Amino acid sequence: MTKSLPTDLAVIPDKGVDGAAARLTPERVARVIQILLAEEGGARLKVYTETCVHCGLCSEACHFYLSNDKDPRFAPAAKVKQTLDPMIRKNGRVSVDFMKKACEIAFTECNLCRRCVMYCPFGIDISYLMLFVRRICHRLGMVPQYIQDTAHSHSATLNQMWVKEDEWIDTLQWQEDEARDEIPDLRIPLEKQGADVMYSVIGPEPKFRAQLIYQAAVIMHAAGVDWTMPATPGWDNSDMCMYTGDSEMMARLKKVHFETAMRLKTKRIVMGECGHAFRSVYDVGNRHLGWKMPPLPMVHAIEFYYELFRDGKLSLAKKYDVPLTLHDPCNVVRGRGLHEMARFVIHKTCTTFIEMHPNREHNYCCGAGGGVINCGPPYAKKRVEGNRVKADQLAAAKAKGARVIIAPCHNCHGGLEDIVKYYELDMEIKFLGDIIYECIEKGEVDS
Amino acid sequence: MEHRQWDWDIGKKKIADFHQWRDLYKQVQEPVVSPDGETLAAVVEVEDMVFSVCENGKLWENTFDRIWYPRFGPNSRLAALVSTEAAWTVATADCPWEAVFDFVWDPRFSACGGHISAAAQNEGQYNAVTDGVAWNASYPSLSGLAMANDGTKTAAVVQTVPFNSGDIFQFQEGCYSAAVNGKPWEHNFLNLWELNFSPDGRSLAAEARTTLYDYTIVVDGMPWPASFESVWKPVFHPADGSVTAPVRKSGKWFLAKNGAIIWEKPFLQLWHHQYSRDGRCIAAIVAPAFGKWTVAVDSRPWSLHFSDLVTDLAISPDGNRVACVGCTDGRWAVAVDNRCWNDRFDMVWQPVFSPDSRHVAAKVEKQGRFFILVNGRPLKQTFSELWDPVFSPDSTRLMVRGIEDQNSGHYCRYVFQLSDLV
Repeated sequence: MTKSLPTDLAVIPDKGVDGAAARLTPERVARVIQILLAEEGGARLKVYTETCVHCGLCSEACHFYLSNDKDPRFAPAAKVKQTLDPMIRKNGRVSVDFMKKACEIAFTECNLCRRCVMYCPFGIDISYLMLFVRRICHRLGMVPQYIQDTAHSHSATLNQMWVKEDEWIDTLQWQEDEARDEIPDLRIPLEKQGADVMYSVIGPEPKFRAQLIYQAAVIMHAAGVDWTMPATPGWDNSDMCMYTGDSEMMARLKKVHFETAMRLKTKRIVMGECGHAFRSVYDVGNRHLGWKMPPLPMVHAIEFYYELFRDGKLSLAKKYDVPLTLHDPCNVVRGRGLHEMARFVIHKTCTTFIEMHPNREHNYCCGAGGGVINCGPPYAKKRVEGNRVKADQLAAAKAKGARVIIAPCHNCHGGLEDIVKYYELDMEIKFLGDIIYECIEKGEVDS
Repeated sequence: MEHRQWDWDIGKKKIADFHQWRDLYKQVQEPVVSPDGETLAAVVEVEDMVFSVCENGKLWENTFDRIWYPRFGPNSRLAALVSTEAAWTVATADCPWEAVFDFVWDPRFSACGGHISAAAQNEGQYNAVTDGVAWNASYPSLSGLAMANDGTKTAAVVQTVPFNSGDIFQFQEGCYSAAVNGKPWEHNFLNLWELNFSPDGRSLAAEARTTLYDYTIVVDGMPWPASFESVWKPVFHPADGSVTAPVRKSGKWFLAKNGAIIWEKPFLQLWHHQYSRDGRCIAAIVAPAFGKWTVAVDSRPWSLHFSDLVTDLAISPDGNRVACVGCTDGRWAVAVDNRCWNDRFDMVWQPVFSPDSRHVAAKVEKQGRFFILVNGRPLKQTFSELWDPVFSPDSTRLMVRGIEDQNSGHYCRYVFQLSDLV
């Protein structure tokens, strides 16, 4: 890691980044960086940047580095060296072109997966440093178009997918009607005061994957859970603003989410199978607002399913008998340690489980996380080719017989679908909820 | 009927046999209770996918394909959102509005309950509707409906400038405004949230984002002269028309009035501030430090803290007392005037002050049973369902509305002599 890095400033065209660059001056770039370094670059930034000795031990942890034939530019420490280091060293006096390249690195060459933290002898969190670069990019208005559009949706609708207030309610009622065709006494209780559980989801569920809400309702019904869903904004737990560097909007989203549960007086929030949203509600967003932990217990679907099976709330009509493997999502495994609970649920519901390697907290990221997939089509090829090791890992599991990948995270689904398709792996991807829905006794079923 | 005209005779009234409803109907949804305690209502499924409302055991004559969000207004009139063959409207006391919509939601009552508004959508166009009459104008999107106290005005955030999917730079020019009775403010903003009318309904304030990074408060379309890193909901002074809001500056939160900071003491968080009725006192939920939550009265924080959260702030009518709900390590409590009541609960609802400000009552839950605390002491009765307690206007009596345990299942209305309880 002592040799100098190539100084290739070529970047992928992006309307958001290019449009912002056209309006920026080096003076404004310097001023914004100086302000942020002074006001927000506290002890954590200083310790991380001044402690790194560029030993390179983080390199082998990074799927981008491994997948790009160990190109040193993709080593985690090198990403800092290409972005934040010159900004600090030159006190913000970097060019607009430099910022474009820094923006591309921070937004599309790091999934903020925190795998490298485990390999750093000092525990330096590179994802924090990349988020700091993104924070600078946000304050310069230089954010990839697709994810910025998502951030705008968050601000205007308080959800990720421009879902309007009536569309949300209508979707829930539609899913309830659909589910009642199968289970006549099923309900999706809206705005119920004092329920044990508020169930929250991410924007793409009502928009593209409404059947997941249906499945969740069936699982809640079968387990006899006292639950509700809100009919107001605050239902969406997702948060791309956390990844665009818009901390203020992230805080607003988390406030409305938690206060919705407080208004409904639910005892806890159970969330669907999403990783990044969990990071936002359990770690980053809540703390930005001053809550040391989530103000109400925040339970990820993996943990919830685990509880239901552990406590005998669900019984099985059959076991899922297609051999499968598990992809451990970064944010709920490295971020929360839910990997054994996921395996408990799989062993309960499936006949043949095949571990992929590495696994648990050492698993490779799907390549979609950290908002990378949300940066959209301009970066899709780079993203998928930057995660060849994931394809190799999946192929090895497939060689042992796995035909299905369980990925209890929405972004992981998107990322793995792209990898499976690009590398022609011919594997199916499922949520844990898909398996549970398929296998449980559902109660009164309308024939 | 006015508050004082309600039945305040001491004793227990058995209003409805809710348990029996479950035997009569295929489905009985969550019951609601009128403010005067005289009526229990619930949406019920009378035949397969045919719904009505049961009020004290009597069904509405009308049936619908779907009914949801039944709520009693302050005058104890019941309203619900109803749908027949995919046409939606509001029904009040078994009487649907003539006007129908592709969707209608978020109903609001005026302070006296005489007017009802809701957000409505027809063929992808949005507006608000009051007592069945929609705004003249409609918009491609609408959110955050607000209603003036007297019910004569409604407002909402509306999209005033069209933009294509992914057109981030057009969005950043400002494409949203607030419409009052259908007419938008002159200026557009990136975002507006938390619309709030003045008590007299003449003015409207909102949180606003004017650039990607600048937040301020807008009153009747005019932004404050200062901008901040973020802001929370603005509130009008009850008498003088000034507006206060929590604002974030240099990473700390302050209370500002008409754009100028008035609480010089910074907090790590500050929100949900409230005025006393006379406007003399302001109380707010604050975090003096990370993970340390309390109440500040006129900028002075209590010494009492909760680690998880503080919520449901309440100021007494005379403005001299403040109560809240707090939670530490998952155990919920009531706090009044910087002192925490002894017991801890699984959940606590917003404390209620008596009109003379001397007494405080709150609904609490422990191990699946609900009961009422008065000045920190529990009433004997426990319930399977319970609503907020109500003090009589002369502060001598307390009304408790609850459904007795599962075996009986009766909804009952109790009036207690307060002196017997405290």
